[in-house]
Amino acid sequence: MKDFPFLSILTLLPLVGAIAVAFIPRHKAELAKTVAFAWSLVVLVLSVLMWIAFQVDGDRFQFRESYAWIPSWDARFTFAADGIALVMLMLIAILFPVVILASWHDVEKSNRSAPVYFALLLAFEFTMIGVFAAADIFLFYVFFEVMLIPMYFIIGSFGGPRRQYAAVKFFLYSLVGGLFMLAAVIGLWVVGGHTFDWAKLAEAAGSIDQDTARWLFLGFFVAFAIKAPFFPFHTWLPDAGGAAPAGAAALLVGVMDKVGTFGILRYCLSLFPEASRWFAPAALVLGVIGIIYAALLAVGQNDLKRLVSYTSIAHFGFIGIGIFAFTTQAGTGSVLYMVNHGLATGLLFIVVGMFVARRGSNLISDFGGAGKLVPVLAGVFFFAGLASLALPGTAPFISEFLVLIGTFTVHPAYAVVATAGIILAAAYVLWMVQRTTQGTLNPALTEVPEMKKDITLREKVVVAPLILLIILLGFYPKPVTDVINPAVQATMQDVGVEDPGPTAVVANERVAR
Amino acid sequence: MEDLQLPSIDYGALLPMLILFGAACVGILIEVFTPRRSRNPIQLTLGFLAVTAAFVAVIVQHSTRKITIGGAVAVDGPTVFLQGAILVLGLVSLMLIGERSVERGGPFVSQAAITVGSQKDLKQAGDQPGMTEVYPLTLFALGGMMLFVAANDLLTMFIALEVFSLPLYLLCALARRRRLLSQEAALKYFLLGSYASAFFLFGVALVYGFSGGISLSQVHAAVVDPQRSQILLYAGLAMIAIGLLFKAALAPFHVWTPDVYQGAPTPITALMAACTKVAAFGALLRILYVAFDGVRWDFQPVLGAIAVLTMLVGAILAVTQTDMKRLLAYSSVANAGYLLVGVLALNEEGLSGTMFYLVAYGFSVLAAFGMVTLVRDADGEATHLARWAGLGRKSPLFAATFTFILLAFAGIPLTSGFTSKFAVFGAAVEGGQTWLVIVGVVTSMLLAFPYLRVVVMLWLSEPGESTPTVSIPGFLTSAALVIGVAATFALGVMPAPLIDLTRDAAQFVR
Repeated sequence: MKDFPFLSILTLLPLVGAIAVAFIPRHKAELAKTVAFAWSLVVLVLSVLMWIAFQVDGDRFQFRESYAWIPSWDARFTFAADGIALVMLMLIAILFPVVILASWHDVEKSNRSAPVYFALLLAFEFTMIGVFAAADIFLFYVFFEVMLIPMYFIIGSFGGPRRQYAAVKFFLYSLVGGLFMLAAVIGLWVVGGHTFDWAKLAEAAGSIDQDTARWLFLGFFVAFAIKAPFFPFHTWLPDAGGAAPAGAAALLVGVMDKVGTFGILRYCLSLFPEASRWFAPAALVLGVIGIIYAALLAVGQNDLKRLVSYTSIAHFGFIGIGIFAFTTQAGTGSVLYMVNHGLATGLLFIVVGMFVARRGSNLISDFGGAGKLVPVLAGVFFFAGLASLALPGTAPFISEFLVLIGTFTVHPAYAVVATAGIILAAAYVLWMVQRTTQGTLNPALTEVPEMKKDITLREKVVVAPLILLIILLGFYPKPVTDVINPAVQATMQDVGVEDPGPTAVVANERVAR
Repeated sequence: MEDLQLPSIDYGALLPMLILFGAACVGILIEVFTPRRSRNPIQLTLGFLAVTAAFVAVIVQHSTRKITIGGAVAVDGPTVFLQGAILVLGLVSLMLIGERSVERGGPFVSQAAITVGSQKDLKQAGDQPGMTEVYPLTLFALGGMMLFVAANDLLTMFIALEVFSLPLYLLCALARRRRLLSQEAALKYFLLGSYASAFFLFGVALVYGFSGGISLSQVHAAVVDPQRSQILLYAGLAMIAIGLLFKAALAPFHVWTPDVYQGAPTPITALMAACTKVAAFGALLRILYVAFDGVRWDFQPVLGAIAVLTMLVGAILAVTQTDMKRLLAYSSVANAGYLLVGVLALNEEGLSGTMFYLVAYGFSVLAAFGMVTLVRDADGEATHLARWAGLGRKSPLFAATFTFILLAFAGIPLTSGFTSKFAVFGAAVEGGQTWLVIVGVVTSMLLAFPYLRVVVMLWLSEPGESTPTVSIPGFLTSAALVIGVAATFALGVMPAPLIDLTRDAAQFVR
């Protein structure tokens, strides 16, 4: 089973599905939805098989496949997955069926075509899997750019009131980052010996001239920082997240933004170790600013989807400092955070979408006391909020804790400031929950017939797997951390840093001296 | 007195050009001797046959590397490749030119001399068949372009320049509708083009004074000789360059481009955007790589500045355009800048990358202008951008195809726009011109905005009351579009065969 070409099949499968769904005639919307959902389940099954086939104590990169593409540039269809990519692929495989099921009735309100919407979702899954599975920088870049197109049309054609503005802003921001990266990719190709193969480039990394490496790092970093997004490149996300349909927004922050942090781990750190160490202080500062700044903005939001988008930016600040702290603990925490954030914020976005679909408005001030009308849904909302503020017992707690202690061992000051972000997280989540579902019932709500309908069976099926996973990984994250740990350790080795010893030992040494 | 030695002539190597010029002459005879009604099919068939035959002749001598006819023509890798490119792109242009079913009588005026706005003019615009002189003119233009990229001495190059320019000036004036605009475009193009030709010729004279010869190898020998005065050389090179930069539409010699592209009949615009670009850059490559290679350190920064200016002007002015054809014109100016970046790499990768870019861009731009001919209302083509709003609702296939072409122009992967940009930028970094690549990347971001605006127009805007209709393309236009779009996709996904071809061809003979 180890030699089965998992990654290429996994990448191509959603593309085939997208094409199939796109050709379903418009009036057969139910058929299109069913096919899309079934297709995403097939992808999930295949991903689970791949997870089982992955050997935790095996090579760093597994399932490697390589096919010729453009020989004169040495660009190849090379796929390979390390532990980090594997968990992200798994997250993608889980989130897509959930989102497709959650978006079941999204298109019906507009006069747009349902098959097109679900075909775009599957096309987006194709680019997402491809970007994480690629082990050839040219191929990675292709997926990195192409993923904009389905998302652009999802936001632009199926989004909320400010969709055109949001879609164009999203596209241009990402394209700007992508073009910086293109320049860096070309430069890397020239100085790295005319190859795009990640493994060969990682070997050649040490021989790149220091200044060149720093410029190239910057090219990649800007692209990833915009994608993630890190402060101050974040302004597109609240608009895009606010305008996108809720399911697509869950994918946007749950999966697509992870490409940025994944890219930093895989490409910036491993290919430009010296430059990474040199830029790390700046990246840490950006991360800390992001945590506090985005949290403060989130507190002030009156739009549910924009609020969740801002919380996401704050979370990416945590991931960022975890990566650039350069300790295995913090790095593992960051990758785990990427997974947990996908689950928790994905859930939060989906539940917000359920509220918005009922009320017909994103604004918190249009709600108030909604828990009296839809108690179960409000409960799920509360749970999603608690998960995203990293309550102990939920999965995000573990990752946030790992990031903070991992950072504290090397940069106590940043860890202390970042901890303030936890308090702010409690503030924005609890205040949002309070204003939306608690307190006196907003009389306007009773006039909306849909608000009287509590969570439906379909919606229960949507949220159940996410809730289960959040609780399960909150108590027993070992299956995931076991996969992540070797990959993170290898990355830290690439960077050339060693974990600091336990503080007590250091103290003893001082005494001995 | 010495005996006059006749130069040896390799007719096989010249055959492609001879076929086109011969067919063009036959075409003129057809105009004289056949009845008006039957001319169009005959001329069209003759054009297709001639271009195909010439292409076969090019293929047959694909491995020829020689200088013939007394040093006037060099048949080498770049010549063969670029001549092939001109013929293939010319064939596709010919399909657009030959289309007669989208508009009654075709896109050309029935008699160029009819007074604009007269009764006769209204009648001709209604239903008269378009003039068929366009076919021989096109063949002459294509033949001249082929000679232009093969010319191995400066005078032959000048003659070739005139041979392909004069028919183009005429063709620009022959639009069936909006004839004043078309005639204005032709006059502008003619006047400015004449100035450019004059500059070119003056430059040739100065270089002759400098080197004592007109063949590129003599110029090369003189350039590397340190004993000579450099003033004549620089002045001559600058003037020759002005002539070529004008044809290639590089800033600041680009100002004719938007007016001419807008006014000319759209199939002719397509021909100019695709084939003239190949010819102009082919000649520029040969001049810089073969003749003036010895002073590359002197012209590289100057032409680099021109490339930067071109990319900036093209990208920035494209943002403000409200007319589809003008937008594509400015985009073609910016693309000329990217091409110049590839040229300035001054290495083998630069040569092959530029040739790849020329072919890839040619196919995309043919498809783009081909699609412009389809969006029509009662007054002909509706090229104002606002009129395109909401076309995606009414004609999703058209809008999807056009979006694909725009994404190719924006350089998104899986289109030829990406691979070709990669080819020239990679070569430029290799050649130490990283600063040009940075500007290229920044202007690509700027350029993405106007393209994206059109995509928004097509898909996300509500259709207006006067949204034009998308005509059903006839067989010829459909074929041209299919070829253009398929090539754009194929060169984006599987560029390897063409890249290998350009690499094998990337060697000039001197």
